[in-house]
Amino acid sequence: MTSPTHMTLAEARDALKARKISSTELTQAHLDAIAKHNPALNAYVHHTPEIALAQAKAADDKLAKGEAGRLEGIPIGVKDLFCTKGVNSQSASKILDGFKPEYESTVTTKLFAEGAVMLGKTNMDEFAMGSANITSTYGNVVNPWKRTDAPEKKLVPGGSSGGSSAAVAARLGFMATGTDTGGSIRQPAAFTGIVGIKPTYGRCSRWGIVAFASSLDQAGPMTRTVRDAAISLNAMAGHDPKDSTSAIQAVPDFEAMMGKGVKGLRIGIPKEYRIDGLNADIAAEWEKGAQMLRDGGAEIVDVSLPHTHYALPTYYIIAPAEASSNLARYDGVRFGLRVMDDGDTLDDMYEKTRAAGFGSEVKRRILIGTYVLSAGYYDAYYKKAQKVRALIAQDFKQAFEHCDAILTPTAPSDAFVIGENQDDPVAMYMNDVFTIPTSMAGLPGLALPTGLSKTGLPIGLQIIGRAFDEETVFKVADVIEQAASFTHAPEGY
Amino acid sequence: MALTEKDVLKIAKLSRIRLAPEEVVHYQGEINGILKWIEQLQEVNTDGVAALSSVSEQLLPWRKDVVTDGNIQEQVLKNAPNASYGCFAVPKVIE
Repeated sequence: MTSPTHMTLAEARDALKARKISSTELTQAHLDAIAKHNPALNAYVHHTPEIALAQAKAADDKLAKGEAGRLEGIPIGVKDLFCTKGVNSQSASKILDGFKPEYESTVTTKLFAEGAVMLGKTNMDEFAMGSANITSTYGNVVNPWKRTDAPEKKLVPGGSSGGSSAAVAARLGFMATGTDTGGSIRQPAAFTGIVGIKPTYGRCSRWGIVAFASSLDQAGPMTRTVRDAAISLNAMAGHDPKDSTSAIQAVPDFEAMMGKGVKGLRIGIPKEYRIDGLNADIAAEWEKGAQMLRDGGAEIVDVSLPHTHYALPTYYIIAPAEASSNLARYDGVRFGLRVMDDGDTLDDMYEKTRAAGFGSEVKRRILIGTYVLSAGYYDAYYKKAQKVRALIAQDFKQAFEHCDAILTPTAPSDAFVIGENQDDPVAMYMNDVFTIPTSMAGLPGLALPTGLSKTGLPIGLQIIGRAFDEETVFKVADVIEQAASFTHAPEGY
Repeated sequence: MALTEKDVLKIAKLSRIRLAPEEVVHYQGEINGILKWIEQLQEVNTDGVAALSSVSEQLLPWRKDVVTDGNIQEQVLKNAPNASYGCFAVPKVIE
């Protein structure tokens, strides 16, 4: 018999409801798998077996009474960026060493209210800044996938939600939460052959999620199927008075979009996404994806997003600017690390604490953010970027006059070897070239795997929707998933 | 406009991050590389375009100006590196 960890979330949910398996058994199976595989992957960084087994027992009691929530008894991983009460929540940073929040983030509160079982906290790039999970204070995450031509090489799982992506791909959780500021859910999903959705900005509450760039940050689920993502997003989304940017919008039943089809939908293909350096396998996969939708009765139309080329530099002004402000709170006063010597002034303490507590990627972004916001440079950089951002958002509005969803690749390459792209920040930033424009416009984007590259690594596509139209995104994703029937999984898990 | 070492030190001071001399040189190179790449935004015509600070189309909600939380001093101080007399303790700032 295959391990119960290999079920999909939906299958596990149905098996739990039918009392074919208990949450305690499912949870134990996951804890065993984590004990076996995590040392090599480094996907989970804080393990919470006691919490998991207590939540599983409570879920079993509820299931026995027929009072199941959407995720009753389902074992999941939680990105370290989410504040979880009494459990280390460090954003993979040394500066939050030992930080145990006294409160629970809204998203995890909702997940637990729906019956989810927390296996532990997952690794990530420090403060969600990175595309390879190589900036974490806990060390690198290893992608469970291996290249067929060089199986000995260790690959990155993508980032920043690299622990979550590796965990879900390696069957160490039915779902893991991610957050996405410029692609941090979608790019790691693409690198590990799983599904990830960044919903519309405002769909999920940001309360209790450590802030990186507040105008961009969004939480979303990472799962192995589109249906699982739909179920999970329903458990995470909804208005929250504690986040003033959380949308006062009804949350539709996303799972109901499965099987609805794409007949009559217009799918846009943006010509600006045919960039130089796009991996040939991914370009071919993009063509195939469009054909799958055509076969499903959709109309494929050419659209233009003329400012695409400028999204990346715009992002690398706006995101560091917001980060430099958000990260000002880590100063050694209220929580986490404090570094000072006898006779030091308050400023000495601030400077030493931040020098010792932040990694080099985070420091560089704080320095750039401080610079672009400083007197004399604000208009030339920050204000200019905000104006270009308006044009990027406008591009999408105009494109959506001609189509109902947009199909693009998720990342320009498949997973690369740990250590590659490391010396040139701009080369590393290119990983998010297809995901950042969506983030700048606040739109929903879903990444799903569709095939394998020539070296046997997962590659996939991104579906972008109108604001608060995740329903269409799920419809399109479901059709591609069915047609592509991607059943590959990393070996050995 | 390339940053000098002095500029980097000024930004580091504003950021309250102490940098070792070799770090100053390292960040100067990296930041100048990024700034050069960012320069391309200057070619975009943004005349008459309003700056976009948030994609949210909803107005910030109002709520009654009343206390909704509080009496949690212990929790607030729980993670403090140094707390005393019910306050966060820091090096002396006033002579």
